[in-house]
Amino acid sequence: MSIEVNGKTLETDEEGYLADLNQWEPGCADVMAAIDDTVLNENHWEVINFLREYYEEYQIAPAVRVLTKAIGKKLGKDKGNSKYLYELFPYGPGKQACKYAGLPKPTGCV
Amino acid sequence: MADFEVPELKEYIEVPKYKDGTMAHSSPYIAKEKFQEPLGYPGELIENWEEKAIEKMGELKGKYRSFQVFLDACVKCGACTDKCHYYLGTLDPKNMPVARQDLLRKVYRRYFTFAGKWFPKLVGAVDLDKDVLDEWYSYFHQCSQCRRCSVYCPYGIDTAEISMAAREIMASVGVGQKYCNEIIGKANTIGNNLGLPEPALADTLEGLEEEVEEDTGVAVKFPLDQKGADILLVTPSADFFAEPHVDGLIGYAKVFHEAGASWTISSYASEAANFGMFIGSYENMRRLSLRVRKAAQDLGVKRIVFGECGHAWRVAYSFLNTLAGPFDFLDPNYPVPQHICEYTYDLIQKDKLKFNKTENDHMTLTFHDSCNVARATRMGDKPGGQFDIPRAVIKAACNNYVDMPADTIGEATFCCGGGGGLLTDDLMELRVKGAMPRMQALKTVTDDYGVTNIAAICAICKSQFTKVLPYYGFTMDQIVSVHQLVSDAIVLSDATSDDADDSGEEQE
Repeated sequence: MSIEVNGKTLETDEEGYLADLNQWEPGCADVMAAIDDTVLNENHWEVINFLREYYEEYQIAPAVRVLTKAIGKKLGKDKGNSKYLYELFPYGPGKQACKYAGLPKPTGCV
Repeated sequence: MADFEVPELKEYIEVPKYKDGTMAHSSPYIAKEKFQEPLGYPGELIENWEEKAIEKMGELKGKYRSFQVFLDACVKCGACTDKCHYYLGTLDPKNMPVARQDLLRKVYRRYFTFAGKWFPKLVGAVDLDKDVLDEWYSYFHQCSQCRRCSVYCPYGIDTAEISMAAREIMASVGVGQKYCNEIIGKANTIGNNLGLPEPALADTLEGLEEEVEEDTGVAVKFPLDQKGADILLVTPSADFFAEPHVDGLIGYAKVFHEAGASWTISSYASEAANFGMFIGSYENMRRLSLRVRKAAQDLGVKRIVFGECGHAWRVAYSFLNTLAGPFDFLDPNYPVPQHICEYTYDLIQKDKLKFNKTENDHMTLTFHDSCNVARATRMGDKPGGQFDIPRAVIKAACNNYVDMPADTIGEATFCCGGGGGLLTDDLMELRVKGAMPRMQALKTVTDDYGVTNIAAICAICKSQFTKVLPYYGFTMDQIVSVHQLVSDAIVLSDATSDDADDSGEEQE
């Protein structure tokens, strides 16, 4: 499997995550979202950007409470909860948002 | 919402008429080389796989007498046929436990029994070929190893063991499951199934300390890698990461705080769940268990307590001493290991915890017995403790509690539908359909008694319910952790009435 981003062909795994996470660029998120019939707006990007920042520091996606807290600080307390995140990413913020952001899929009992 | 038909919830569970092949297409992703090889398995289907698979079957039947007894003993009485949640939810006759066993039994007969060698057709014995292997891969990944069928089998045949053996045979010839094997690899290298490295774990726990202090005004600690602590908490990494799991973790921390206990989490063994069991691999199960032993020794703890994790408790309660014992360096006055529910229950019995139960009055609870806790372990010192103790903990923290129908709880409990290494997105249809019997029982108590929430003590159950509840008209937040209820009702004795100043005094 693969996706086309800005004229480049990027390989993905069976579940649509980038095979080589170093190949991520912002265009990947838009292309992946389009596959899920989603158009990304600035709220999505707030989440995606935070995920990338966190990933660069910790090499893993943030835990849900770390994420909700950070989003609450940026976008207001009413948005610092998983209900809001599920509205943005109905397949689950942990998985869908990580895929768009070029993070590895959270694995385990989650 | 789904590209498959979600089963309809009726008034009670009807035994459905079977429909051939409804789930023949269901098959999880196969593990690539990079996930297979670190576990000691070939990267892809090997050339002489038929021969090697039979060799492996022979090895397993020699190692595990139960495996051979289960293959020989079935008399086709049919008692198990309507006991599997996957059969009830999918109608596929190969999800009847006896039929699932027969997928392997027919090959066993061909190569290991007199009749099967000489008169295969008479005894339904077949050669192992690629079609058989593909069918194994599909249907042995439609068994959550929950052991419900074994309760009703007059011979006690345990399909879980047959599924585990089948998966071990397949992995050993190069056909492993991606979900399980990728996860085992992470636990082996990073210390947990999520792949949460120590700095991220430390940051997460620090965040939780801040959160709890903001909420309660009390400095409840979440210690990490604290040498010399009395208690090592081993909990599923989902407790650090996901909801409602994390609310359970906060509950454990508050209980430890109230008990004045010195405790710690280990970043080296930051995982309770042992996926080695799902793939039937003694070696992998042992390697993961030894991390717990090493962490306990390195930190110099006196006790090991396991968090809310169903299959982990089976490995911990039933196998840990064999896999990683003896634990003679721990305090013999306590069970090795102990379940967090036992720990909390003990404090409740000694009147050391205070609850304001009205904090949970907006809910009416029911309890989902997780399959491996219910049918493969115990808690406390009395038979049935694994059923009574979690309920006693819930009732200590909540005023409103109702059990689901008797034939769906206790040792007859229905699996959540996502256990045994099936909690992966590529098996979503199976997970949703397999949850039907549990959803049915939940609907019954919702309609009859106004139940609003279902509590569980297993990370898989919690994640599975979060995902499947909405398919059945419930909401994802109806699933709660047992220690989340404890957390919400527990009265922290050093909380000041106006939480204006916090003395910072820690009980040691």
